[in-house]
Amino acid sequence: MQFWVIQTLNSFALGGLLFLLSSGFSLIFGLMRVPNLAHGAFFMLGAYIGVSTMGQVGGNFWLGVIGGGLGVAVLGGVLERFILRRLAGNEQGQVLVTLGFAFIIADLCLVAWGGDPIPVPAPSYVNRPLFFAGLAFPTYRFVVLGVAVAMAVVLHVVMDRTRLGAMIRAGVDDMQMARGIGIKASQLFTIVFCLGAALAGAGGVLGGPITSAYPGLDADMLPLALVVVILGGVGSLLGAFVGSFAIGFIYNFGIALFPDLAYVILFLPMVLVLVWRPQGLFGRLLR
Amino acid sequence: MSRALASAVALAVALAVLPWILGNTFYVNLSSQILIYALFALSINLLSGYAGLTSLGQAAYFGGAAYACAWLVNRVGLDQTTAACAAVLFGTGLAALFGVLSLRASGLGFLMITLALGQIVWGVAYRWVELTGGDNGMRMGARPSPLGLDISRPMPFYYFTAIVFGIALYCLWRLARSPFGASLRGTRDQPRRMRMLGYHVWLVQWVAFVMSGFWAAVAGVLFVYYNQFVSPITLSLQQSAEVLLMSILGGAGTLAGPIVGAIVITLVKNVVSSYLDRWNTLLGVIFVVSVIFMPEGIVPGSLRLWRRFTGAGTAAPKPVAKTS
Amino acid sequence: MKQMKRRTVLKGLAAGASLATLGAPAIAQANPIRLGFLTVKTGPLASGGIQMEQGLMLYLKNRGMKIAGRPVEVFTGDTGGSPAVTRTKLQEMVERDKIHCMIGPLDTASALAVDDYIRSAELPTMSVAAADDMTQRHPNPWFVRGTSTSSQCSQPAADYCAKTLGWKRMGTIADDLAYGHEMCSGFLRVFEENGGKIVQKLWPPLTVPDYGTYIAQLKTDLDGLFIGFAGSNGYRWVHQLTEYGLRDKVRMMGGMTAVDESLFKAMGDEAVGLLSASWYSAALDTPTNRKFVEQMRKDYDVEPGFYAAATNTEASVFDAACQAVDGKVEDKAAFMKALRATDIKDTVRGPVKFDDLGDAIASVYIRRVDKVNGRLQNTVIHTYENVSQFWTYGEKAFLANPVYSRDYPPATHLE
Repeated sequence: MQFWVIQTLNSFALGGLLFLLSSGFSLIFGLMRVPNLAHGAFFMLGAYIGVSTMGQVGGNFWLGVIGGGLGVAVLGGVLERFILRRLAGNEQGQVLVTLGFAFIIADLCLVAWGGDPIPVPAPSYVNRPLFFAGLAFPTYRFVVLGVAVAMAVVLHVVMDRTRLGAMIRAGVDDMQMARGIGIKASQLFTIVFCLGAALAGAGGVLGGPITSAYPGLDADMLPLALVVVILGGVGSLLGAFVGSFAIGFIYNFGIALFPDLAYVILFLPMVLVLVWRPQGLFGRLLR
Repeated sequence: MSRALASAVALAVALAVLPWILGNTFYVNLSSQILIYALFALSINLLSGYAGLTSLGQAAYFGGAAYACAWLVNRVGLDQTTAACAAVLFGTGLAALFGVLSLRASGLGFLMITLALGQIVWGVAYRWVELTGGDNGMRMGARPSPLGLDISRPMPFYYFTAIVFGIALYCLWRLARSPFGASLRGTRDQPRRMRMLGYHVWLVQWVAFVMSGFWAAVAGVLFVYYNQFVSPITLSLQQSAEVLLMSILGGAGTLAGPIVGAIVITLVKNVVSSYLDRWNTLLGVIFVVSVIFMPEGIVPGSLRLWRRFTGAGTAAPKPVAKTS
Repeated sequence: MKQMKRRTVLKGLAAGASLATLGAPAIAQANPIRLGFLTVKTGPLASGGIQMEQGLMLYLKNRGMKIAGRPVEVFTGDTGGSPAVTRTKLQEMVERDKIHCMIGPLDTASALAVDDYIRSAELPTMSVAAADDMTQRHPNPWFVRGTSTSSQCSQPAADYCAKTLGWKRMGTIADDLAYGHEMCSGFLRVFEENGGKIVQKLWPPLTVPDYGTYIAQLKTDLDGLFIGFAGSNGYRWVHQLTEYGLRDKVRMMGGMTAVDESLFKAMGDEAVGLLSASWYSAALDTPTNRKFVEQMRKDYDVEPGFYAAATNTEASVFDAACQAVDGKVEDKAAFMKALRATDIKDTVRGPVKFDDLGDAIASVYIRRVDKVNGRLQNTVIHTYENVSQFWTYGEKAFLANPVYSRDYPPATHLE
């Protein structure tokens, strides 16, 4: 019984972390049609910047989150404005360039922060287990879950109720028509790329207490983002949300019940979904 | 036609003479490696360049054939020729199967399915330790002697690889100029019109997928012959991404492009890394810079810049139907 | 003089493969010993690889980059953890740089990938990679390993858990790689032969960022848990275990890299009390080691552990063997013989000698993490001396069994 409860809670927590990682990825992918292969690197960079920020401001975790999010957002904005925008229309080139960014960011992080893992301390008031019903569960993971849900609500409100959100949704549906009615595509792209990068960077800091910041974090997280977005559907926030938790559950219970399939447990459902419903659960038809 | 013949002769001469110019066996070995990766890059170019289907799972056929060859020679004890043919067959068969699954989607969906399938093959290689040796990889005892020729030393192996590469290049060149090649490019550029004209687009794409798998498998067998070792890294997403990059970097949809891409990336990984610790950053910078200034790839981009500098670009319209 | 000029020219053009190594003995003494060094300086394994370089350079710099009267030239290759690149780098070093011998590589797959090349090139190699079979059932005559096989430290660890700690029911958790398999199987064999039972085996993939699902599966009634993690996974496991409030409920015995000194900065006080078994500890109280640790701290701001000590120990072996052949490393067969015959008392890990398959027979230390003077250290609480890769089984009997793997020896007491 204990096993089931803890695994369920684990799955929710992992789902929350995955949502923080993949919401930005899904937005960028959906609007700009570019799988941002630097997304894992953004996540890792956010964690590193967050830790350094915390070091400068006396250990305040939330300032670290803001620092990580902002830092990566600024980098993302610069990259989009000066490099990706020059390649508008050349999607293959944009994918290649994001991969180039990933290489560069990962290598420079190694130079700047070294090869050893750097722990990201959670705020002290949640840095302990919560005891209930004879079980112990890390309080911080509830925090991650909470933040993820809050983020989802905020993003939903933005997408649904604001002009920016309407423009984004229009762009995801049909970029040409959106341009036709006067939506400035290049500006929108920059905003969305910054937003996606900010989500990744903040997500990195928020995930830090669980994963720590280490070289290779980018390569470990990127496939997870891909899997979530495939399952949930590109360009759909609901898809990213549902996909994250679905993957959280599949991963946790899959590994526990079928340990022999540990390396393929994520990709089997992905293949099944892609073969039967290529656009994912909630996505728009992929071109 | 004669221009193509001239370049073919020039290439053949260059390949034949190269080892003598390079002198040291290390550079000869490096050239063998470059040829293997160039073949691998040409295989994915068939798919992503000519057919417009970008795949992130090409390493599955490359590594799959390498593993099959090593396994058949080591564990089953087959003779080398049979093992090599069986391995290529295995890689091609895998491509046939994965092609059916992947072509259910197009564009980004296709990319994702190929990625997922590649990851599954990788995961199986990692996990199924009794079969593949897991992360320790699989060794292939001695270098095989195809047709009785001893290729265990660098020079003979180089010539063997160069010959295989030459044959492959010729086949791909013929393919590019053939009606099938044209219809393949048609499905990339105008799928709807092709359908209207009566072409079975799916079938054309699937055949291209299988062919690309075939050449990747051939490259995989050469790879395991060269290294006498294969590990799951050969099947990884990294490997798939790297070969895709070689093709795009050099110029997708051209024959020379993937070769140039393979040269650049292999040199940076193996030679530049001896002089520069930050070679990963350099690689990333190369991608970014070349995509910005030569988005079609190094080969077409260089030709374009060349034409601009020599003023040839302002001449009368070029004759139609020049392939690649 | 003519020979010197020709050699300089050849070095640049690199034509005529073997001429450069044929110097007359008199000239050879003034020429440098060319030492190849394969390590990982980029990518996820970089932390250990960079420390390997530091440990090696420290040894050489202390001796003015001179061994046995000859200057030493080190050629470093970054393999990036890729076996194919390792092979290329090694070829470059052998064919272009004409190295006389090699230290490295770090990871097992890379070592296996170059195994046949080392044989054909007849290159004396001081290996760091831990794979068991390289000095067991597929021994390479050109190998010498001054560190340890994967199971060489876990077997005494099991002995300690069963006999000294009196643990009866244990579980094992390790990365799902050959390294983890060999460590855990060695542990299981010795533990069960001494009356214990392994009731649970967990195998997380190498790159899983979240151990939650494994923590949830952990049995609650274990006497102890053997943790066989590599890289920084040991830190992450202990940290997440603490998050779940289980740190004090689970007693652990670590393998040789799970509680490495390089992880202390990250681990902090969570690590206090952790037991582990390794062939080295920075807290080893010998003059050689104290000097080494002091210098590593001063020059590189690094607490030396497995990685730095590995290359430093190999360098000691290298030094001793060079001196035994009077610096004439060009005579490969004699040099190799000297390497295998090395019997030195004074390395940072303690005394080292080799068995006839090239693996070290040396001490294995049981360590416990203590906080001393505000700093974490792996205090040595017990020493097993003259531990060979075969433990107490004797070479013939040991080799008659298959190599340790995920399922061999079979775990018959799993629940």
